[in-house]
This record gives sequence, structure tokens and C-alpha cells, in this order.
Amino acid sequence: MQSEWVYIGLFLVLGIIVPIVPLVLSRLVAPRKPNPIKQSTYECGIETVGESWVQFKAQYYIFALVFLVFDVETVFLFPWAISLDKLPLFAVVEGIIFISILVAGLVYAWRKGMLEWA
Amino acid sequence: MTFWNDPINFIAKWLMDVFSGWGMGEVLAYVITAVIGIVVLILFSMGLAIFLVWVERKVVARFQDRVGPNRLGPFGLVQPFADIIKLIIKEDLTPAGADKFIYNLAPVMALGSVILLWAVLPLASNIYGTDLNVAVLYLVAAGALGTLAIIMAGWASNNKYALLGAFRMVATMISYEVPMVVTLLIPTILAGTMSIQGITQAQGGLWFFILSPLGALIFLISAIAELGRAPFDLNEAESEIIAGFHIEYSGMKFGLFYAGELLHAFTFGGFVAILFFGGWRFFGLEQYSPLIGVVAFLAKALFGYWVIMWIKYTMPRIRIDHMLAFTWKFLTPLAFVLLMVTALLHKLLAGAETWIYASSLFLANIMIGWITVEILRAVGRRQRKAEEHKFEDVHALHPAEGHH
Repeated sequence: MQSEWVYIGLFLVLGIIVPIVPLVLSRLVAPRKPNPIKQSTYECGIETVGESWVQFKAQYYIFALVFLVFDVETVFLFPWAISLDKLPLFAVVEGIIFISILVAGLVYAWRKGMLEWA
Repeated sequence: MTFWNDPINFIAKWLMDVFSGWGMGEVLAYVITAVIGIVVLILFSMGLAIFLVWVERKVVARFQDRVGPNRLGPFGLVQPFADIIKLIIKEDLTPAGADKFIYNLAPVMALGSVILLWAVLPLASNIYGTDLNVAVLYLVAAGALGTLAIIMAGWASNNKYALLGAFRMVATMISYEVPMVVTLLIPTILAGTMSIQGITQAQGGLWFFILSPLGALIFLISAIAELGRAPFDLNEAESEIIAGFHIEYSGMKFGLFYAGELLHAFTFGGFVAILFFGGWRFFGLEQYSPLIGVVAFLAKALFGYWVIMWIKYTMPRIRIDHMLAFTWKFLTPLAFVLLMVTALLHKLLAGAETWIYASSLFLANIMIGWITVEILRAVGRRQRKAEEHKFEDVHALHPAEGHH
């Protein structure tokens, strides 16, 4: 068990190092002659107007909220799914009721118009 | 234990013995052996990514009735290497005003997140990185890292198009993660474990595709959306926001994004193969040598990758409101219903004979799919009627025009 996570840790370190190698290689052989025109923001040849970090739709935020509810609750379902074979039928039905409440939440959000992209 | 029936452990044991012979401690010997194994696995995946560039270009050419790269080497096989050399010697531009650290970190993370997935990808019964007991959750977590890389790239580029692409990617990711996680629960229920190796082992008799064809379909669709490939490639939508999140990337940094995308698609093809098509299992042939398992797995994964490409080059891009409606109003409820039915049937038929169990699960899937299609048709008919009424009302207001 411990060694599995050591392995994942080693994988993470090497997984970061390997993509850096071609970047370093490119740094060594590629030419570097920057000038302001080259470094300007690309917008199809038109000069950029104003800040690039623009405001965005609030709708993204609402979807993020709906997502958060579902994703957190589905994580709770994983232990239930693993032990399904050992659970009594009652516990399985309980899990199904839990999912039904989730779906009811989805229907509520739907009825409230949270899922419309307007 | 010989080389032929357990090559990786055979080599690992031999290496451990060699290192111990040099007087190393057990922990150090383990770490060095693991590092060698990981480097080999990562280099294998990188070699595969180079090969996939060629596959992708060749296949898209065939879909578009072209020949594709055919000049360098036999069948143009050397073309990707020429591309790599070109990308490496290309000048690397950083836009003024970019957040340099995050800007440089994003492509590394984009490829790194895919490489991380290979840690749990079993190539055969005893050829795999590691067998995590929470591998299914690990798969979701590492997949989300790739999305995070895209968000970082879009945010750090100091470009409006890049930022728009990043926002769209967030919307796609958070929407399609829900049906994906729910369909991941289905193999977990059927196998009774979250370990990828355990899920493959459990498919000795029947592939989970037969027990849950609808689950496999939902997983495939949400995996494509997670990858950000067409028809869900709103994050890079060439005709609207040019290249989206990687608009400001050039040279090898772009190359890393590109390699990451292709390898990600292949890896998800592999996960579809593992979760629903038996992974390295091939009708019992895999027990003779794990190498047959490797070939079977790679063939299935390539087939999954080919299906993803097929969808990519056949479907037009869908609009963002359609995309969100498709997941929240269709895939998510469907996945939840499927999960409930699968769990209940799995529990009720636990003691039943295999053919009763399998056929009732299969029929339940077909029924759910059929009912869903019928509901959709009814809703569509009602909407069409409403539109027609609107049209008739317009005519009622101008009766003279109706008589021409």
C-alpha cells in the first residue's frame, strides 16, 4: 500500500521532468530574437484594446455551483458501490433513495432555469 | 517465474538482485528499479505519442479522401520526427504581459497529467505501473489536472481568445465530469472494486460492455468532451476563437499540448477498453503469455482511439448552450437512472444464473435507452408543434398573404 503511493510520487516527479526535456532542448537550439511586435498579443492583426483579462458570464459560476453539489455527492457513492455485494438489500435501496434525492435536486435546478444558457 | 510469463517482475527482480549485490539498501534498490521502470513506461508512451501523430494525420487524411503524409520514409512514418525537429528549432515566443511561470508550466502539466494516467494503465495481467485500489478516482483526478493545465494556459496567455477558450473548457469539464463519474460507478458496482486491474479481472466471462452498453456509450461521450475534442472542441474552436487556449503557444510548447491531446485521446480509448471491453483479455488467449495481452490491449485501445477520431472528423462542432443542455438535461439524468437500475438489478440477481443476470442487465439497458429516445421524440414533437402554431398565428394576422 505504501509503496504504491511512493510509486505514484516517483511517477509524478518523472512525469514533470520528461516534458521539460524537449523544452530545455528547444531553449538550447532555437533562435531567440524577441521584439515588441512579435511579443504583442495575437488578435488577427488588430491591436488589442483594453485589458485581456475580461469579465465573463455569471452563468459559468452557476454551473460550477451545480457541478460542485453533484461531484461531491457522487464521491460518497463510491464506497457504497464497492461494498454493494456485502450490503443488505435495504442499504442498497437506501443508496438508491440518496441518488433519487440528487436527481430531485437536478430537477429543481432545471425547473428554476439554472440549466439555461441565457 | 520466467521471462515469458512475467517479463516485468522477472527483470525487476533481476535488477533488485544486481543493486543489492552492489551493497545498496532495500529501499534504495526499490526506488532505482521503480525509476527505471517508470522511465521505460514513460518513454514507451512518448514513442506511442509520436506514432499517434502519424496515425492521426493518416486517418484524418483517409476520412477526407486524401493520402496524408507519404514522402518521408515508408508510408510517411518518419514525418513526425521531422515535425519534432521543426518544433524544437522554432523560435519560442512569450507574449508580453503573460504570467511567465504559469505560462511555461501549463504545457508541461498538460502532458504530465496524461503521463500520470499511465501509472495505473494495465498493459497485461502483470505488466502495469501500479495497481491502486482507488484507481478509478485517480483516473478522474489526473484527468482533471489536464483541464487545469488548459485553464492555466488560457489565463496566463494574456489573450482574450485564450481566456474565452479556457472558460469554455471549464464549462465543458464541470458539466461532463458528472455523467463520467456516474458511469465510472457502473464498472465499480459490477466488479465490486475500484482497482483497474480488479475491474479487468472481473471481465473474465463477460465484458462489461454486454452488461452495460448504455454506460459504455455515456462514458465514451463524456470522455470525448473531457478531452475537448470535436464535436466538443469549443475550447479551441478554430473558426471562432482561432486556437483558443493555445493561441499564444509556439514551438515545442505547442508540441507538448498537441502530443498531450493525442496521448490523452489514446489513453481514454484505452480506459474505455479496460472498463467495458475487457482490457488485456482476449478470449482466454492472454493466459499463454502476457505479451498477447499487451497486443490485445493496444489493439483495443487503438480501436477506441479510432472511434474517437471517427466521431471527431464526422461531427460538426456543437454550440455551447446545446453542449450544456446535452449533458445536464440528457446525459446526467440518464446516467443516474442507469446507475440506480444497475445497482438494483445487480443486487437482486446476485444469486441468479449468469445468463439470467447478463440478459436482464442488457435488456434493462436497452429498455432505458429506448424509453429515453421515445421521451426525446415526444418532447421534440411538442416543440415542433409549438413552432408551427407560432407560424400559423403569423399567417392569421395577415390573411391576404396566404392566398397567393
